[in-house]
Amino acid sequence: MYQYDQYDQKMVDTRVEEFRDQVKRRLAGDLTEDQFKPLRLMNGLYLQLHAYMLRVAVPYGTLSSKQMRMLAHIARKYDRDYGHFTTRQNIQYNWIKLEDAPDILADLASVEMHAIQTSGNCIRNISSDQFAGATADEIADPRPWAEILRQWSSFHPEFSYLPRKFKFAVIASDTDRAAMRLHDIGIQLVHNDAGELGAKFFVGGGMGRTPMIAPEIRDFVPADELISYAEACLRVYNRYGRRDNKYKARIKILVHELGQEEYTRQVEEEFAHMKQLGLNPPVEELARITQYFQDPPFDKQASVDIDLSDPDFALWVDQNISAHKQPGYAIATISLKPRGGIPGDASSAQIDLMADLAEQYSFDELRVTHSQNIVLPHVKKSDLYAIWQRLDEAGLAPANLDLITDSIACPGLDYCSLANARSIPLAQKISERFADLGRQRELGELKLKISGCINACGHHHAGHIGILGVDRKGTENYQLLLGGSGAEDASLAKITGPGFTEDGVIDAIETVTDLYLEQREEGERFIDTYRRVGMARFKEAIYG
Amino acid sequence: MGNTIRFRDDEVHEEPAVALDSFLDQSNATAVRIEAGEDARVLLPYLDRLSLIEIDFPVFGDGRGYSAAQILRESGYTGELRASGDVLLDQCAHMRRCGFDAFSPDSPINPQLMEEAISRYEHVYQATSDQRKPIWSIRHG
Ligand code: SF4
Repeated sequence: MYQYDQYDQKMVDTRVEEFRDQVKRRLAGDLTEDQFKPLRLMNGLYLQLHAYMLRVAVPYGTLSSKQMRMLAHIARKYDRDYGHFTTRQNIQYNWIKLEDAPDILADLASVEMHAIQTSGNCIRNISSDQFAGATADEIADPRPWAEILRQWSSFHPEFSYLPRKFKFAVIASDTDRAAMRLHDIGIQLVHNDAGELGAKFFVGGGMGRTPMIAPEIRDFVPADELISYAEACLRVYNRYGRRDNKYKARIKILVHELGQEEYTRQVEEEFAHMKQLGLNPPVEELARITQYFQDPPFDKQASVDIDLSDPDFALWVDQNISAHKQPGYAIATISLKPRGGIPGDASSAQIDLMADLAEQYSFDELRVTHSQNIVLPHVKKSDLYAIWQRLDEAGLAPANLDLITDSIACPGLDYCSLANARSIPLAQKISERFADLGRQRELGELKLKISGCINACGHHHAGHIGILGVDRKGTENYQLLLGGSGAEDASLAKITGPGFTEDGVIDAIETVTDLYLEQREEGERFIDTYRRVGMARFKEAIYG
Repeated sequence: MGNTIRFRDDEVHEEPAVALDSFLDQSNATAVRIEAGEDARVLLPYLDRLSLIEIDFPVFGDGRGYSAAQILRESGYTGELRASGDVLLDQCAHMRRCGFDAFSPDSPINPQLMEEAISRYEHVYQATSDQRKPIWSIRHG
């Protein structure tokens, strides 16, 4: 994986000192909270309902064991012994003291990490495919491109006060594991007719109040023009994105209001101008970065057999293991969705254990997924049983990847000042109601996503089943949505009808899953049956 | 109006900056002021005769002025580019990188603190109109 050189290190070290100075000025009263707010937000520090929350960037979701251990250390030393992995492939800590924040950033900098631009109206952490570099279905590793973008977007002077936050995702496979088209800019690496690698740009996707799937605006941007093209997209947005209404300020609204053609025309015009300005790193820079993402030294002789005689282990293998490009190896996803647990939470002991396993069995690498799980990307099939046993002892072996209890939930009313309703307790109750693994497996792939308000941090629009917390005359109420997808078959979920109480919405989920079981045809997932049968049938079952 | 801090050696421009509309009406003004929503590109035909362009920041979070400044510099403007309005200490470094070389903040800024803030980062990741060498360029000679 990528390693900082002296320049990268100097940038994050300088940031730590700068922030230390800003915190000092704040604590001394030289900065008002109003003046301090944009500064702390640029460093990922939010003021939540009860305390400060610090969000740490995990660029494109990739971590070394050493970095993972540092995350455990921070949880132990500065927080309440746990961290929360997020849908942006980041980690956040919910109980941080302002005066500790500079020391935390210094600890992070010591392992080449930071919290730069994890909040604020700027370019956020670049996300990517959690299986990058390990899956057979990609045409290249997307992470060197994401790293080029990370460096370019860090402290970008022109784009630090955009109309609204701005999110990139980069993938290199037709299978979309990163919800690429639900980003402000989604990039898919592709080959052109000459066989060169380049970037296909999708602009204007997003969730929030007005969810949109990003349209493609350019089929190929060459490697040595990536930055000028991205700058052109951002400049048009920075100049013309709406600033009068925070809920209409994302780029999706601009693209929608101008129309895809007009937005594209303006970008192309700006691009023609920017191409001349020498904004792009030379191809040698991409080559330099790509060096860091070479395949680890796989054992070509590794056995392809897995002994499945332990039935619980066999279930885990069936559910949580994905195909690796190297025979004899596998991609193992560690589910952070135990029965009755908080989706995405891990204790410092669990984080340390995952770090140990990565060091011992996965070439020192881990990934964070946007569905709030952890991946060991390169493990020998023959080591899986040993790994599983240690995970199982630590409560980290739920065999529920992509099943109904592998839900995404935003922090909701337990932490978030914007929430209408609680998300986490609902996710916990659903995981209790559907705890029977046999039943979950019978239901098959089912993406359940819960947001505590219309801002959609829990991606409810992209859920096969989505739940949205609303405020109904001062009481928490939940709307049910069906038919969304963040994958390559991207679609937006639709609201079924009137909302429910907490228990009511769980009953409604049972009703729709029962209907699915009754209606499904051979090989159909829940989403397939829903698409074929249509909303009306489901509505009828729910509301009678 | 607070103090003006300049990073230029030439004489301070005496003529007051006029609003964009009046500038476009009267052919001989040499100083103009543009508001956040106005298109800096309409000034491109006149850059040769302008010696001061002031760009207003109504609130610090309105970042349109950064793009306006970049566009003017990219198009060859060499006169004074002044940021006015809600300009805060911690924004000045980014503004310098986008080509601003004078600051006229609503609330005065200590020039020494500004100097420190601007020179804090030894290196930069991007090529912008301040012509600093980005890190990728240092890496590859
Ligand atoms: S969806 Fe709403 S409640 Fe949930 S984290 Fe986002 S803003 Fe908070």
